[in-house]
Amino acid sequence: MNQERQRLGLVIRGSLNKGIEVRLDGSASVEDMAVGRYVTIEGQKRRFFGLVTDVSLGVSDPRLATAPPDVSDPFISEVLKGTSAYGTVHILPQLTIGGDVTSLLEGPQPVKTVPGHFSSVYLASQEDVELVFGQEDKERFWVGNPLDMETKVCLNLVELVKRSNGIFGKSGTGKTFLTRLLLIGMLQKSAAVNLVFDMHSEYGWAGGSERGGKVKALKQLFPAKVAVFALDEESSRRRQVSTDFIVRIGYDEIAPEDMVLLRQTLNLTEAATEAIYQLYRRFGWDWLRQTLELKDADETRALLDELHIHEATYQNLRRGLGTLRRLAFLVPKAGDNAVKRILEYLDRGTNVVLEFGRYTDITAYILVANLLSRRIYAQYRERTERALGEDTAPPHPLVITIEEAHKFLNPEVAGQTIFGTIAREMRKYNVTLLVIDQRPSGIDDEVMSQLGTKITCQLDNERDIDSVLAGLPGKSELKQVLAKLESRQQALIFGHAVPMPVVVRTREYGSADSYKSLTAGEGLSQKQAEKDIEELWE
Amino acid sequence: MQRVGEVIEASTTEFTAQCYELYQLPPLGSLAKTREGELELYGVVYNATTSSLEPGRRPIARGKDEVSEDEIYRSSPQLLKLLKSEFGALVVGHKQGDRTFHYLPPRPARIHGFVYLCPAEEVRSFSSSFGFLNILTGSNLSVPAEELTAACLRYISQAYEDRRRFLVAAGRELASLLSGQLNRLQAILERIKQ
Repeated sequence: MNQERQRLGLVIRGSLNKGIEVRLDGSASVEDMAVGRYVTIEGQKRRFFGLVTDVSLGVSDPRLATAPPDVSDPFISEVLKGTSAYGTVHILPQLTIGGDVTSLLEGPQPVKTVPGHFSSVYLASQEDVELVFGQEDKERFWVGNPLDMETKVCLNLVELVKRSNGIFGKSGTGKTFLTRLLLIGMLQKSAAVNLVFDMHSEYGWAGGSERGGKVKALKQLFPAKVAVFALDEESSRRRQVSTDFIVRIGYDEIAPEDMVLLRQTLNLTEAATEAIYQLYRRFGWDWLRQTLELKDADETRALLDELHIHEATYQNLRRGLGTLRRLAFLVPKAGDNAVKRILEYLDRGTNVVLEFGRYTDITAYILVANLLSRRIYAQYRERTERALGEDTAPPHPLVITIEEAHKFLNPEVAGQTIFGTIAREMRKYNVTLLVIDQRPSGIDDEVMSQLGTKITCQLDNERDIDSVLAGLPGKSELKQVLAKLESRQQALIFGHAVPMPVVVRTREYGSADSYKSLTAGEGLSQKQAEKDIEELWE
Repeated sequence: MQRVGEVIEASTTEFTAQCYELYQLPPLGSLAKTREGELELYGVVYNATTSSLEPGRRPIARGKDEVSEDEIYRSSPQLLKLLKSEFGALVVGHKQGDRTFHYLPPRPARIHGFVYLCPAEEVRSFSSSFGFLNILTGSNLSVPAEELTAACLRYISQAYEDRRRFLVAAGRELASLLSGQLNRLQAILERIKQ
């Protein structure tokens, strides 16, 4: 078996913390090594599975470096390569395979020691990688392939949705494609339903690709399992999206807490937010309409005097609320209850994508995402508690997807928004988050540390990289890996759902073949779903 | 098997043999062997000499009136009996039964033991591993160790079909053997490169 695999070299030194150094054989070219590739190390008692994190060059005699030999002669260069002048690779051991009974039963185990001196190192074979990342099955979803390999890297989505997760990466690195893949995965493999706050309307019906052209999104691929809600009817019509529900939010649904979050984007002062609470105490749920309808100067004065609100504060507040008034989906009185509708769909196991249409500014996004999530959270909490008390089935696990997450989860507001709460504790109430962000350093550390699995595309800001990798063993080595990711279609996955950090070339998305493979096996369940719906209306 | 001479002086590390015919010397670096009981001793030929049979009598120039060099020997046939050719061989290993060892034998060669030149097949089996290089590079003889090592490798390589492959393998072995002695390594590599 060993002969079939390519031997790379020998372990020469290292430590568990800092990784192992391997001297390459002459036959293995340094140029074939790539950061992020997998290797196996044959120890005496067990096999180790690790990741290449650095590649370097060495010479046995320092004089070789100062007075290089005549390498134009192929004979001399062939002799010296790999002997006097050699390559080394730095390997971070991650897992051990085989050996004793427990590891045979439980599969690969986290590494607790290092292989002995002069253990042989091989490139990991397809079987090794399969052993570690599993095969596609009813719980595991194929997200991509390891670098330079055909093996599939599968995420255990049932495990994944038990915690909040994050997808990070610079703009244009493929976060959206990855998210779409992951959403499809969850839709197929896990019991969870998704609620996606789709800021740029890319997940519901169709999305754009950087190469031009359009790619199909969830509803086109899984019509029976996805409902598209829209804030902006016109935009949906122009894009020829078949929407299931048009969301309208009444003034009387906006609570002072929702406004606190908007303080930064609406440029409200501290006193102005205080004033909102006072207005709320005075008018109750009708506070926003009442405030906006104040026209008469005398009436206003009387009210301000009564509530001890300063004139300047009031002006500040009015300007802020003026911005809200321009949002056409906000109406004095909403005809239907959006939260109720969303919950209905979610209860049926249908995933909901809320498209924002033309309201791509952050004010609308924060307001709506926060407002709806808070209500839904309250419902989930209540139902889960009831389920615990009455011993009935708890509601479907829910995954809420939010973009621009640093706006909700930055240290100033993470304590106040519902998302901060969900990230920290809502696992208990069957609600988790999928946060998508390009500036992970803007997200509160406490929230970051609670994310179960992190998927990160290329990042090049030092602070972002640090915040994503915080607390991970072998952080400095993985930093190298992360910094060397290609700018497209490559991602580093680590955390709860994978046994070890893995760099993947993400699965293809957008071609007819890819749609076919993604929806393969869907035929049956789709029919089932249609049948279910029919039964529902009978 | 070609017999090239007879041992006339022996020690643990080397032996000297005299050729039966004048000038029938094996080439520098060639692999010779002799027997000592059940042992077969391998030696690498170095320092071949031709000199007067009697140490005190030096040959004198005789060719003044001759047309060619060969004529000198033809007109004085006694010369062939008054001169002798000898060569030294550095012991680099031995064979006992079927096993070859790349280290010094327990006993030196015997005087009057016949010395043979190893045939190609035996050269290949002797050089299937490179343990003998250590003795060669570590030798301290009248011939520089680098010269002798290079000559030996050149000679052995002739027994192989793929000479280059053998020399590259030997070179790599030398590179690790002489890892701190770049100059010596380069000197040998320069002498064996193809």
